[in-house]
Amino acid sequence: MKCGIEIHQQLNTKKLFCDCDSRLSDNVIGKVIRILRPTQSEMGEVDRAAVEESLKKRKYIYEITDNSCLVELDEEPPHEMNLEAIETALKVSLMLNAKIVDEIHVMRKIVIDGSNTSGFQRTALVAMNGYVDTKFGRVKIPTICLEEEAARKIEEKDNYVVYRLDRLGIPLIEIATSPDMKSGEEVKEVAQKIGYILRATKKVRRGAGTIRQDLNISTGQGRVEIKGVSKLNMIPKWVENEVKRQEMLKEVAEILKERDARVHKEIYDLTDIFTNTKSKIIAREIKNGGVVLGLKLERFAGLLKSDKFRLGRELAERVRVIGIRGLFHGDELPAYGISGKEVEKIRKKLNLGDDDSFVIIAGPEEKVRLGMEKVIERAKMAIHGVPDETRAPKDDGSSIYMRPLPGAERMYPETDIPPIRIPNSYIEKLKRELPKMPEERVKDLVSLGISEQDAWQILHMGMEDEFEKIAKKYGYPTIVARAMINGCRDIDYEPVFKYLNEGKFAKEAVDDIVLRMCNGEKFEDILSEFKESVNVDEVIERIVKNKIEFIRERRENAFKPLMGIAMKELRGKVDGRIVSEKLREKVEKIIESSS
Amino acid sequence: MNIEPGDYVEVATSKGSVRGILLPRPEYGEGNIVVIKLDNGYNVGVIAKEIRLIRKGERKERERRGEIKNLKGLPTISIIGTGGTIASYVDYKTGAVNPALTAEDFIFTVPEIVKEANIRAEMVFNILSEDMKPEYWIKIARKIKDEAKFSNGIVIPHGTDTMSYTSASLSFMLEKLPFPVVLVGSQRSSDRPSSDAYMNLISAVKVAKTDLGEVVVVMHATSSDDKCLIHRGTRVRKMHTSRRDAFKSVNSRPMGEVGEEVKFYGEYRKRDDKLVLRDKMDEKVSLIYFYPGMKSDLLESLLDGMHGAIIMGTGLGHVSSDLLPILRKNIRDGVVVGMTSQCLYGRVNLNVYSTGRELKNAGVIPLEDMLPEVAYVKLMWLLGNYDLSKVKKLMRENLRGEISNRRFLE
Ligand SMILES: [Zn+2]
Repeated sequence: MKCGIEIHQQLNTKKLFCDCDSRLSDNVIGKVIRILRPTQSEMGEVDRAAVEESLKKRKYIYEITDNSCLVELDEEPPHEMNLEAIETALKVSLMLNAKIVDEIHVMRKIVIDGSNTSGFQRTALVAMNGYVDTKFGRVKIPTICLEEEAARKIEEKDNYVVYRLDRLGIPLIEIATSPDMKSGEEVKEVAQKIGYILRATKKVRRGAGTIRQDLNISTGQGRVEIKGVSKLNMIPKWVENEVKRQEMLKEVAEILKERDARVHKEIYDLTDIFTNTKSKIIAREIKNGGVVLGLKLERFAGLLKSDKFRLGRELAERVRVIGIRGLFHGDELPAYGISGKEVEKIRKKLNLGDDDSFVIIAGPEEKVRLGMEKVIERAKMAIHGVPDETRAPKDDGSSIYMRPLPGAERMYPETDIPPIRIPNSYIEKLKRELPKMPEERVKDLVSLGISEQDAWQILHMGMEDEFEKIAKKYGYPTIVARAMINGCRDIDYEPVFKYLNEGKFAKEAVDDIVLRMCNGEKFEDILSEFKESVNVDEVIERIVKNKIEFIRERRENAFKPLMGIAMKELRGKVDGRIVSEKLREKVEKIIESSS
Repeated sequence: MNIEPGDYVEVATSKGSVRGILLPRPEYGEGNIVVIKLDNGYNVGVIAKEIRLIRKGERKERERRGEIKNLKGLPTISIIGTGGTIASYVDYKTGAVNPALTAEDFIFTVPEIVKEANIRAEMVFNILSEDMKPEYWIKIARKIKDEAKFSNGIVIPHGTDTMSYTSASLSFMLEKLPFPVVLVGSQRSSDRPSSDAYMNLISAVKVAKTDLGEVVVVMHATSSDDKCLIHRGTRVRKMHTSRRDAFKSVNSRPMGEVGEEVKFYGEYRKRDDKLVLRDKMDEKVSLIYFYPGMKSDLLESLLDGMHGAIIMGTGLGHVSSDLLPILRKNIRDGVVVGMTSQCLYGRVNLNVYSTGRELKNAGVIPLEDMLPEVAYVKLMWLLGNYDLSKVKKLMRENLRGEISNRRFLE
């Protein structure tokens, strides 16, 4: 098994080629309609038809937002590349041990799905030949690129797509590893480590969708990309399941070859068989004027669905992307309201033997015929093994077919932006300014008195600076750590520990306060509930007075029992540490005076 | 062996070695940096310690396009190329952008054109828009006359910077036209999928098929790819540096629009049965932009040896009063001086203020609502073809739609 990962991280500088803010926006102030067409290049006669097709088909509607300008609209040439974004990309490159190019050249990567108003994505390779080390070993990072984010898709219909320009042009760092990794756990570790390094720059955007990972998985046959795996903890599961899927497909291919299995081109109209069917899906399609078409899969029986094999699902996924859900195959029937008798009739009409299986699809004829083409194509691939695919991850750890893997990218220079020279003196300067590597940072945090595990967690949340500041100023490292880990990112923790330190409430109350703040309550409001707080000194004074003989008698040994009494009264209201300090002071005074 | 751009090489640098295709050095940048196209398609610049040849690049012949069959029943449209990249295609191997030079190239670039017309195409020259000169206008005009034998309409792809000067000059030189002459450009070069060139070019061909007998400019109406506007060649001006809808008709409505179909909004000159060309231009005309503080000796040198001058005055058509003696002297010596306005929008009027009246008394000709650049071209053309008294008279007359008597709120 070989696995690689590609990470895309948005930066929170200004946009890459203009001065607009890098954020999302719901403030839509206008719209334009555009058409994109493939530029003419090495196109032959065949592609010309595709050009005409693309012309009448799709319109792109772009929503103009308050954070977009003529550059995003492709109405003004790009400005020079944002320096802060370049600097961030270079720092990340250095932290990943990569070699920075002497001159950055911006390229145009052709993308005509409308996600870029220009029809291309601007991208530049800034560094090469880096690596990252984890406990699993070294993973190579051949390229680090700085590129512009695509527009945000809002709506998609057959003849138009709506995109919003808020996201277009946000800088993205793209980090691609070699397919060096051997397990899902390793991939997760590498993704995490690169994530820490990216966040260490303090120049990355945070929140949903601001970092995206794609997995490349190959088990010797075919290349599969799982696009957009956002949950790092799920990566091992996705990898494991994909490896299983590929192993299954390889086994299927072996068997099909051994059996000399065949995929025929003939498509049979089976609509008549289903005139009185109990299958609701098929009945509905026929009622709407649809047909039921069938395809013979010679010597495929038992491979479409069994304890071990799941080729049927692969076929269904291929037609699902063109909107067909009513696909059934021989290994799963009779079921879904399709009767044994109907199955018998199908088998007879298609002239099937025991080893043979079949696929039927119900729906509008044109669509079903297109679907059958896809099934034939996929079934033929099954004889060869694992096809190259782009797949989408699902929450249950599986994935689903999206589209074929795109071919080589077509790139040419962005002539509107002169090359950017990166002198060695500048690289040396950046090296001196590099943020600490995550391991060092974890050591810093551990030295303040928390566990390594908590330290990594805080780093993962990107709260290490805030943690450090609070723990150094007020103490309570473990409580601060726990509060942050159990709490949320967007509240201000400092006042909580400031008032804890002043004895406004006890440390036992911290978790509850943080939780309420994360739920939107204001700290001042919560604090006011602790207003009628007891006078600690008064309480301690009273206890000591009452037990003065006890202290004189037991001397230092009196402290513990007295602490118990004091805490009985003060628990939850005053921090034990403060009570302890004050009590010890009093007790010591009495011992001193009595000796 | 000699290493040239296009060869596949290995470059040793202080940071390791890099493999890829050696690219030609762009005109900018430092000399010691070589640009390499990596196997993944990216270009990078590296300081080379040593370059080793791995294999020679293949010399690529310019691709030959298949012959195009003319379809019966379709009109023939001549495309007269002047340079620029309104029609071009990219070579992804090297990143070079090649302009369309022949009819085949055009059709290759914009295939849907074959549904509209049979195409004849020829480059008369290949220059940048900003390098355009009156002698080139004359070349284009003569080429249009030649094409009259073969064609039912003319489309002239042109760089956008000086397109309105060319359109004005052709408007005056071509006194009678048996077909439309349509200038067209693009604000986004056609090597991009988002280029406005395709729609502009197709729209231009559609206009070239109409019964119009004038010189017009066809360009995007708005920022959207939904329709183009038809602007009269003497009324149009580029009003934005980069937008698709940079071209506007000034002091008049556009003549019409092109969506699926061509739609004219109002009156226009119809095709004549013959072509009349007056192709003389007197280049001794200057176009002078007045500004506060302009020195009279500068004005004097700008008028030196000239037969005519168009002034872009302030507001209703003024220059500072200390320039009056120079103007008076030159006009007395036979220089034709016309007044237009920097405002572009609106009509000049030399009766409202005293400076205006003095200019008028000095013999400065108020040029109504004519665009300064159009007035400049018109004066060159008139001086090339008529005597002085006729020139002065015709400058104020509407010959090609360049002047109107009424203006409206848009
Ligand atoms: Zn912008």
